[in-house]
Amino acid sequence: MEAAGESLRDTELRLGLPGTDAPEKPASTVTRGGKRALPEDDEEGYGKSNKSSSSEEQGEGDLCCQEPPAAKAQVVGWPPIRSYRKNSLHARKAEGEAAGLYVKVSMDGAPYLRKIDLKVYKGYKELREALDDMFKCFSLGEFPRKEGCSGSEYAITYEDKDGDLMLVGDVPWEMFISSCRRLRIMKGSEATGLGSRH
Amino acid sequence: MTYFPEEVVEHIFDFLSSHRDRNIVSTVCKAWYRVERLSRRSVFVGNCYAVRPGRVMARFPGMKCLSVKGKPHFADFNLVPHDWGGFALPWIEAAARGCPSLEELRLKRMVVSDESLELLARSFPNFKALVLVSCEGFTTDGLAAIATHCRGLRELDLQENEVEDHGRQWLSCFPDSCTSLESLNFACLKGEVNAGALERLVARCVNLRSLKLNRAISVESLARILARTPHLVELGTGSFTIEHGAEAYQRLIHAFQKCKSLKSLSGFWDVAPRCMQSIYSICPNLTVLNLSYAPAIQGADLVKLIRHCFKLQKLWVLDCIRDKGLAVVASTCKELQELRVFPSDIYGTGTAAVTEEGLVAISSGCSKLNSLLYFCHQMTNAALITVAKNCPHFTRFRLCILDPGKPDPDTNQPLDEGFGAIVRSCKDLRRLSLSGLLTDKVFLYIGEYAARLEMLSIAFAGDSDKGMVYVLNGCKNLRKLEIRDSPFGDAALLENVGKYETMRSLWMSSCDVTLGGCKALAAKMPRLNVEVINDTDESDEMEENPSDMHKVEKMYVYRTLAGARNDAPEFVEIL
Repeated sequence: MEAAGESLRDTELRLGLPGTDAPEKPASTVTRGGKRALPEDDEEGYGKSNKSSSSEEQGEGDLCCQEPPAAKAQVVGWPPIRSYRKNSLHARKAEGEAAGLYVKVSMDGAPYLRKIDLKVYKGYKELREALDDMFKCFSLGEFPRKEGCSGSEYAITYEDKDGDLMLVGDVPWEMFISSCRRLRIMKGSEATGLGSRH
Repeated sequence: MTYFPEEVVEHIFDFLSSHRDRNIVSTVCKAWYRVERLSRRSVFVGNCYAVRPGRVMARFPGMKCLSVKGKPHFADFNLVPHDWGGFALPWIEAAARGCPSLEELRLKRMVVSDESLELLARSFPNFKALVLVSCEGFTTDGLAAIATHCRGLRELDLQENEVEDHGRQWLSCFPDSCTSLESLNFACLKGEVNAGALERLVARCVNLRSLKLNRAISVESLARILARTPHLVELGTGSFTIEHGAEAYQRLIHAFQKCKSLKSLSGFWDVAPRCMQSIYSICPNLTVLNLSYAPAIQGADLVKLIRHCFKLQKLWVLDCIRDKGLAVVASTCKELQELRVFPSDIYGTGTAAVTEEGLVAISSGCSKLNSLLYFCHQMTNAALITVAKNCPHFTRFRLCILDPGKPDPDTNQPLDEGFGAIVRSCKDLRRLSLSGLLTDKVFLYIGEYAARLEMLSIAFAGDSDKGMVYVLNGCKNLRKLEIRDSPFGDAALLENVGKYETMRSLWMSSCDVTLGGCKALAAKMPRLNVEVINDTDESDEMEENPSDMHKVEKMYVYRTLAGARNDAPEFVEIL
């Protein structure tokens, strides 16, 4: 659905708190004196008489392309959601965006798991090398350099945010690290069918 | 009735279940007042500052259940500064002195310290139930005191509280002799509890019917717990991620299949969509389902789940269910009475997750719907008019269009007519929250038609003082009015001052009310507390003696018998 576009946007480097879309404004969530919200908003948005012009842009067409709402997002206490709930959802988001993107790595047959920080690697090659290094003591043997290679003993797979088991390497790296929840090194015999190249 | 002996009158009063009815009969004559107050078992105090604790205990010496509410509702949205007040300790102290046979205590939006919990634990030998909702100020140490000392505790229900984790194994403090728990909810706690202690506790509490776990409880632990509590009626799961392979998952499915009495499910933090299949077997029995903390479950999976839930009466979801998902709810859940749709993407624009279409679909499929909380990106008058026609039984209608002051996108008109249709059609409406672009007209409609309205929430709405006046003059059952960011000023505030003594409270923030207006109100109505709350950030900016023309940022007015409170912080001025 909207996953591709959104996940790319999620991985964009920009300033601002996680979850905000407005790079220009720092997240100021305190209203001062008699002002209700950020001054710019009064003109753009929810004032009374100048509603019609801006709302025409917003009301129709593609809601994805709206600009103004991003600036409005910083009104104190709006939308009216209990902090407890906001924090719960926010914590989930922040988990992925905090410094380091740690995911568990399991390997079939290994007695314990490892954890790696995906943000440390620049691409798939580095990731494979790191995994090779990490798990070689569990006798990986011939580490597959290409996915779906018949004759390789293991395949590297990952669980994405929908809970599906995917083969590592199909999607662009940025998209991969934003959707990867954990890694699993599977025995080749179980991995048949995952190879996409035949 | 004066010929009847008191025992008979008392017996008749036993049939009065509502607080309001009992309050009314107590005003008939002295004799009735006496009988009523001595026989009252359950007392509800809607505003902790409306009356002194000692007075409540003195009037109702036989009290067994006490409910007290503290902070105003807008405190939920961070509009009330942190140390405003609402302390539980004075109430617990007074009860310890005056009503030691207290059995149940329910507190909402109050500051509860560990000290008060410890006092509570030691002071009431018959204590049975503690319910804390949206409270703060305590830690797991306080909970440990409750667990240790409250013999015979039946209910410990912690809902959405801010609790500091002091690592104390509070749950392990329930003694082995404790077998009386019927309801245990610690979903809001962040820390871990000893899984073994929990499993043993639930195993020996054979009457346990409601159990809500926190996020720290794993699925493996859940499976073991469920195996011991097959008679559970309400369950809040912990974290619902399956770590390894099929075994734990299979055990979980079997455990769920054994729980034939399960009617209510919540929790589901961190759930992976495919784990939801494990509950398909229970879905046909469910009457309550809360998936509002499970953002990972997108529309398609939600829909697959909902298709099994045809007995559902109460559903809380995130807006990732989308309009299409709501259409499935409409066609499946014919018994639905309460629906809450929360936003999943609070700060970003995202794509429109639910719109007026979803709501219209629900209204045409679920004719029993009476309670709604709906966060959406847009709403039209036409949709609201249709909803009003389809569902005339609303008692609670709360609509939140995420973009403040947004008009009907089809016509560019304000939503006055839409909300007008709602209040005209829903004669039993008790609670209403407005949003979107609204003029004074909507308040005219509300004043005229919303005869049973008790609570009204207004934000970014109205054109002039007339709007507020329509409401104050019209809604004769109004108890709570809360307004933010709307152009109502002193003229509106002072138009009908007597009204405020018939209401519990009035909140106005970021409106046009001035300090002078507040002072005038306080002067005219000595039995109201008029609190002017200054944002602590402003204390440097504020002049020493702000003029009466100075607009008041936040004002909270409430009727009281207790006079000005003595625990107000510096930034609160009581006029």
